Amino acid sequence: MVKRSLSFIHKAYIVFLKDLHVEFRSRYAVNAIFLFAITTLTAISFSIGPIRLRSEILAPLLWIILFFSSMSGLAHIFVREEEQQTADTLRLLTSPNSIFLGKWLFNIILLFSLEVLIIPVFLAMMGVQVDSPGTFLLIIFIGSIGLASVATLIAAIISQASAKGALFAVLSFPISLPVLISGIHGTQLAMDGGTFKEAISDIQILFSFSIVIVTLSLLLFEFIWRK
Amino acid sequence: MILDKSWWKYLLAVWMTVVILGAFLYAPPAKGLGETARIIFFHVPTAWLATLAFLISAVGSIQYLRTQEKKYDIWAYSAAQIGLIFAILATVTGSIWAKKIWQSYWNWDPRETSIFILLLIYAAYFALRSAIDIEEQKAKLAAVYSIIAFVTVPFFIFIIPRVYESLHPDPLINPEGEIKMDSRMLQVFINSLLSFTLLFFWMLRLKIETMKIHFKIEQSLSE
Repeated sequence: MVKRSLSFIHKAYIVFLKDLHVEFRSRYAVNAIFLFAITTLTAISFSIGPIRLRSEILAPLLWIILFFSSMSGLAHIFVREEEQQTADTLRLLTSPNSIFLGKWLFNIILLFSLEVLIIPVFLAMMGVQVDSPGTFLLIIFIGSIGLASVATLIAAIISQASAKGALFAVLSFPISLPVLISGIHGTQLAMDGGTFKEAISDIQILFSFSIVIVTLSLLLFEFIWRK
Repeated sequence: MILDKSWWKYLLAVWMTVVILGAFLYAPPAKGLGETARIIFFHVPTAWLATLAFLISAVGSIQYLRTQEKKYDIWAYSAAQIGLIFAILATVTGSIWAKKIWQSYWNWDPRETSIFILLLIYAAYFALRSAIDIEEQKAKLAAVYSIIAFVTVPFFIFIIPRVYESLHPDPLINPEGEIKMDSRMLQVFINSLLSFTLLFFWMLRLKIETMKIHFKIEQSLSE
């Protein structure tokens, strides 16, 4: 038998692969998040009709879609473990931090794959002209990491409470507001052709916020996870 | 302990009466803001106490996670409850002042946004507590949430109002670090801040004591 000493990161990667396999078996989170995003986008597009909106409205709409889509799907990563009663086995198998990192990575990948689909559709449906695409993508990229980090941490908390669905959005909203405020501000700047330098303060907030939340998660996750 | 005696409570009553009278009669109206500036003697202490309560709640939560002792959870929970009252008071007094100066009760100034988020966080904290049945689990998860929320507060209080422009006057915490206040205003202001803080600790003590009794009764009932 080949014995391998698995490093911390490698274990996280294995947790990530495991979640990927489980997800592809049921496709619950993927269905929830994609269908939710598409439904919201269609609802918005229908109700607005042919009117061309300004970036002050488009940027918040985009982030509202992203936020609530995350709220519909990203909690599943921990809720599933509790519902299918696999959490205890997972607790025995590996360290809390590698579990958190694996699930964090999964949520980020899930949110990114949603964005790859939904953002081009959003831009096309709403007829948006993004004047500086590089800054736009960077803001979305870092903002999504922040959003997914908050969502993963809060998901771990609410998976152990009752009324999970309602609580998830209620608990996540105040925490992820820095991401939303800076994300909306930066996206709007990018749509109007703001340069990287003009959006730097938003990027700084988004970046530092993500770092703070991930650090905090690694410190606190053990308390949430251990029974 | 000095707080067990009752004479200081009478002293506090006299002190706060003097502060209220001083706020209206002794302190001069401020330059530019006129008579409306008198709200600073009530609005700023409540906002400060909402923040202090939040800090105490976070410290209680950290202590709870370190030691797993029930009393720290009671500290955190009580401070959050008292803090919520002061946060609401700060919002209402600020909103009344905003109506007078900015012609609308609410216009999402960064300061208004910050206090609103604080209210949301408190609400979420209580919602989380009510959704968990097992006591230890409730205390632990609420403590974790309280710490997460506390860590994000600097983003609201310090970064966002500085990135996005605010109309809110901040005579004490300004970038130049100077105190721009009339000396008589400052006297009343400092006294108001101190007396309100003492009042807060009195309220907090009462809350903690009643919570302890509450838990004792619950325990003896379940035994």
